Amino acid sequence: MSHILLRHRDIPDIKELSVYRANGGFKAFQKAVTTMQPGDVVNEVKASGLRGRGGAGFPTGVKWSFLPGNLWPHYVVANADESEPGTFKDREILENNPYQFLEGLMIAAYAVGAQEAYVYLRGEFESIYRQLNACIARLEEAHLLGDQLFGTDVRLRIYTHLGAGAYICGEETALLESLEGKLGQPRLRPPFPAVAGLFNKPTVINNVETLTNLPPILEKGADWYKSLGTEKSPGVKIFCLSGCVQKPGNYELPLGTTFRELIYTWGGGLAEGRRIKGIMAAGASSNIIPADDRALDTPMDYESVQQNLGAPLGSASVIILDDSVNMAWLVAKTTHFFKHESCGKCTPCREGTFWMAHITERMMGGKASPEDIDLLKNVALQMQGKCLCALGEFSTMAVVSGIKHFRPDFEAAVRGGGKAK
Amino acid sequence: MNTILNDYADEVQAILARYPQDQKRSAVMPLIHLVQARDGYVTKQAMTEIAEIVGISVTDVASVVGFYTLYHEEKGGRYHLQVCTDLPCALRGADEFLAKLCENIGIKVGETTPDGVITIEEVTCLAGCHHAPMFQVQGDGAITYHENQSVDSALEIIAELRRKAAAQEAE
Repeated sequence: MSHILLRHRDIPDIKELSVYRANGGFKAFQKAVTTMQPGDVVNEVKASGLRGRGGAGFPTGVKWSFLPGNLWPHYVVANADESEPGTFKDREILENNPYQFLEGLMIAAYAVGAQEAYVYLRGEFESIYRQLNACIARLEEAHLLGDQLFGTDVRLRIYTHLGAGAYICGEETALLESLEGKLGQPRLRPPFPAVAGLFNKPTVINNVETLTNLPPILEKGADWYKSLGTEKSPGVKIFCLSGCVQKPGNYELPLGTTFRELIYTWGGGLAEGRRIKGIMAAGASSNIIPADDRALDTPMDYESVQQNLGAPLGSASVIILDDSVNMAWLVAKTTHFFKHESCGKCTPCREGTFWMAHITERMMGGKASPEDIDLLKNVALQMQGKCLCALGEFSTMAVVSGIKHFRPDFEAAVRGGGKAK
Repeated sequence: MNTILNDYADEVQAILARYPQDQKRSAVMPLIHLVQARDGYVTKQAMTEIAEIVGISVTDVASVVGFYTLYHEEKGGRYHLQVCTDLPCALRGADEFLAKLCENIGIKVGETTPDGVITIEEVTCLAGCHHAPMFQVQGDGAITYHENQSVDSALEIIAELRRKAAAQEAE
């Protein structure tokens, strides 16, 4: 099957505007602007069942419909801050198929009546930022962006904003703060961004992959989209496969594909002589799932992973862990990450991530006592439900599930045997 | 004199034009990027000038510089070689890669080579997990990714950066 999102794998030069247009590019945007009311676009996307690909899985069309019709202007912001360890899908889209992403952003802007849209890119995507600016300039020249688009009164401009290194800016309210020139620290909600977002105006924030789905949905229709994936999780998803597999990479597959198919059919399985031990389905923010047959045969859609395995699918950043991995070592890695990335605004996360990292460092340094395992677990449990944003909660996932399912690894670490990966 | 306005009059106007007129503060991050590309790091003087342009306090500018990891408050090496050692990269040998690379060039993580060309840093996820070991090079106002690296290939890149720095010095 040809790709719907990673179309550059089938059409190598699609990052050129002429090639993108020759392959149907901007027909969906034109169709929306010239033949559909904004509300029709919202309804079509609602009917498609598309859900946010940034991790939360919230229905995109429903999210759009929260914007009040009596408060203007509206803004659309594309979240291109891809920073979750194990996630590298948006980068591939932006580098290789930028116009499909931009067309998706333009469709979203039309749907919610925004005349200005922003792309917030993580600072490390500096070369993508330059390329995207060049793409936007070409769209202005081609009169696909600007005033009186397709001879109508519709106008739209897109601006880019480059971050400067902060995982927390992927959280949508921290992203807005950063876009306003402040520290990337989450806001207290309510009010939600749909009512008071960027510059205190109604704002929709969508992930890059989510937006890239929009042109094919408008072009081929909601029914076509719903024919892919599962009933409640329609469509395709880019699964980022990393860790202990032979062929790590991005795989665009229907939602509902099993972990087994991703790992063994597409990812080439594990190295010779290695056994699979655990799976993290949503990057470093994941629970560690013991990789038994039940897990391997679980379809990767938003419902099944949660119901079968008690873990979110999130952004589908699937990290594979083989039998050489000590889970205490792994938790030392993830807690170090979250300690580094905690924005410091709320106390449970700032202190909790510090102490979890401190205890795991002690374990890996051979200076921990057996009581430290439960101490670590208790710090994590005390954080849960008390943090301002999801980062704090996410930081506890690997800790609690790791100790629950792989306690002997932590005991080995405490005895001084957990140093190896 | 505001050296940023002086050196980059057009660029500053283009940056301010991206945001609503009453939201100048949004320009603070692009302006810091602009001045860091010129100076290699963000000086106190530059912070004062940026504060003047966007109409906020110097303390507010300094707090933004301090919060984000890609902004440097001190003069480091000309190039910051930033190796990801997060979980997915570590599962593919990033820790060993970084240790051996440091050993080969004779500095520790966070240090700068005596010639002032390379600072080695350990960073969090760069969205290149499937191509580990990997690193980015930040310098001359740009960031370049280098993926599927070995110690030998990284040493070649460092040699190239040294040649580039020497050529620019000679100009």
